[in-house]
Amino acid sequence: MIATHRRRASPLQAARAGIAALWCITLVFVALSFEHPVVLAGLLLALLAAAGAARVGREVGRAMAWALPLALAIALINAVVTREGLTVVFRGPVMPGIGRLDVTAEAIAYGGVLALRAVAIIACAALLAAAVDPDELLRAVRRRSLRVGVTAALATHLVGVLARDGRRLADAQRTLTGSPARLGVVRAVATGALDRATDVAATLEVRGFGIGGRPPRRRRPLSRHDLAFAASAFGLAALAIASGVGGWEGFDPYPRLVVPLEPRQLVLAAALAACVLLPFLDRRGTAT
Amino acid sequence: MSALELTGVTYTYPDAAAPALRDVTLAIEPGEFVVLAGGSGSGKSTLLRAAAGLVPHFHGGTFAGRLRCDGLDTRDHGPAELAAVAGTLFQDPETQVVMATVRSELAFPLENRGWGAAAVARGVEEAALALGIAPLLDRSTRELSGGELQRVALGAALAGQPRVLLLDEPTSQLDPVAGDELLGVLRRINEEWGTAVIVAEHRLERCLPAADRVIALRDAALVFDGSAEAFAAWAPPELQPPVTRLCVLAGVPDRPATVKGARRALATQIAAREGSDPFSGAQRLTRRSRGQTPAVVQVRRAWYEIKDGPAILKGVDVGLAAGEAVALMGRNGAGKSTLLRMLAGLIEPTRGKVVRAGRVALLLQNPGDYFLHDRIGDDVPGAGALADRHPRDVSGGERQRLALELVLTSGTPPVAVCLDEPTRGMDRGHGARLAARLRELAADGTAVMVATHDAEFAAAWADRTILLGDGLPVADAPTAEVLGGGWYFATQTARVLGGGALLPEEGAALLRATREESREAVER
Repeated sequence: MIATHRRRASPLQAARAGIAALWCITLVFVALSFEHPVVLAGLLLALLAAAGAARVGREVGRAMAWALPLALAIALINAVVTREGLTVVFRGPVMPGIGRLDVTAEAIAYGGVLALRAVAIIACAALLAAAVDPDELLRAVRRRSLRVGVTAALATHLVGVLARDGRRLADAQRTLTGSPARLGVVRAVATGALDRATDVAATLEVRGFGIGGRPPRRRRPLSRHDLAFAASAFGLAALAIASGVGGWEGFDPYPRLVVPLEPRQLVLAAALAACVLLPFLDRRGTAT
Repeated sequence: MSALELTGVTYTYPDAAAPALRDVTLAIEPGEFVVLAGGSGSGKSTLLRAAAGLVPHFHGGTFAGRLRCDGLDTRDHGPAELAAVAGTLFQDPETQVVMATVRSELAFPLENRGWGAAAVARGVEEAALALGIAPLLDRSTRELSGGELQRVALGAALAGQPRVLLLDEPTSQLDPVAGDELLGVLRRINEEWGTAVIVAEHRLERCLPAADRVIALRDAALVFDGSAEAFAAWAPPELQPPVTRLCVLAGVPDRPATVKGARRALATQIAAREGSDPFSGAQRLTRRSRGQTPAVVQVRRAWYEIKDGPAILKGVDVGLAAGEAVALMGRNGAGKSTLLRMLAGLIEPTRGKVVRAGRVALLLQNPGDYFLHDRIGDDVPGAGALADRHPRDVSGGERQRLALELVLTSGTPPVAVCLDEPTRGMDRGHGARLAARLRELAADGTAVMVATHDAEFAAAWADRTILLGDGLPVADAPTAEVLGGGWYFATQTARVLGGGALLPEEGAALLRATREESREAVER
């Protein structure tokens, strides 16, 4: 499930890690800012297209598939626990201390919105993990704070080590029983994590990580891709803020569901998608 | 000032009953190439960890005595400070690579020291060139094989041009070619930069030709300190290099440590033998005809092609007959592990097929992966006295033995058993016991195939050897022919005698027979 970075020829990978990470974080901010299902669906489609253009479509798609059960759980929980909405579609039993469990169409719809948002956020995180160079990010973090850098380095590398441990343990179990004992493998990886963390920490020590040196500043002129993704992030943030201030979405789940589908919402969805995808059009200078 | 100086060092790990180092006193001078010898648990790794400052700063425990690494006292300086003077490489390459790309990995120690960007770039470039890993610089470390990871980790240890290099089994993941190349690089660094190199190794025959000095440990104490030749003369049988053992058994007074020394010591006997040209054996490879004996597992024209990646196996035809003992050798990345996985059904060929007459058991590279519980008895029924111990608390050799019994006994009795690099990091005593077990299995009618880089180990039990090169068998013949006539894939005895014998015992018998023939000829 964990997407891991691989160098590929794409505009997002050609941009410096700080700007690429900022762009991915802005997408999370955008996903959190909007509620209109059409806008969120448009954003999700744009994210998928961006992942494809960044050549990490498979990784992001896999992360989204893993996120679906979580999204479903969010939708169900919202439908069951929310007391708002006028259109009752199911009258449940009276639960002691809670009252009657009525499920409303509005709560179901808003649960769907929350689920869509969760999938979008996980897709953004997967895009960041798969397309942004962790070494470069780590350098930036280490330049600011050594302690945070140590923790981040240990955690970043440990994820990969534990994932490989899990694969090896599962393979070993398959040679014994034909199928991996998933629970046993997860338990063994978890209990071995402390030992592995100790090994990785020992390596960090003997590479002089604790000595306090900070990586040198790399002076690089801004590339076309740095500028494009920075402009895209700025545009996305501006659209989110303007929409929030101007009330462009017009979406209101409660008490009665209002989902306006006017040109304004369609233009907003199209503008967001354009902002996400435009930086990928220029593929010059992306080869690794 | 010594590169490394230990004075009365005694160290005990936390909760350990006995010390891991016992009153060790020694000094290693700058520019020395030192090999640390000793069986598993003798204290070699602990000594290296102490020199790197990890003992006791990182591991805790009780430390007595004084250790100075390039003048820095480990009681006052931690591992991070010692990293400025000592480059360290441990056994497991997976946990020694901490960055996502090779370039970042090599730059990491230099950046930690606060080097400028230009100096970092030059250090990275030079370390990569020295180790032949320049083509890997922009590769992700997650895509690298064990051997490549080992070289990258060594590059990171070397990048800052340390004055002391501490290496724990640096060739354990490498094929004979890469192992020799690596030792050549270490020797060059040692000679040209004056770096003191301290290498802990089980395969002494690989390292002794490069060594200025050998230090042997037994039960945590220093038991020998001298030249490689003096070591060969002193060494007990379990530590003797094969060439030394050959001379001992042949009744020659000299105790050489290298092939060159052995050829000199045995010059008269070798000259008396006909066809002693070391390369003549290469012309005697018997071509194995298909279907000589019915196979219990047969790979037919099998390909294994990775999506968006290379073809690992390219139409391999290999069969194993009941009771056959086969060694699978070849360079790192030749496809050995892939072939074993395919035989055992862990992966399926992308083209071609595998036909099995029953279960094929497979023991993967890390025996620890077979233990999911904290108690050995929960994973291995019938583990006897070891049942209540934690898998990590037993030696690597014991873990290997238990894991082998586990794969043999889980499910129906196997028609074939495959082992992937079982002797990695294993001392000769455990290697000999494993070889005996493999012969026993073959004698019981189980087909045995073992992927290994260790020619001496393969010669000890295998009847047949397959040499895999670039996804195809390039040689498939009796072991005596494959390992008797090769250059890299050859035992030391075969190199000395030019084929005809692989093991010291066989070589000594051959020399005795030659002597007898010569005497009879003179008498006639």
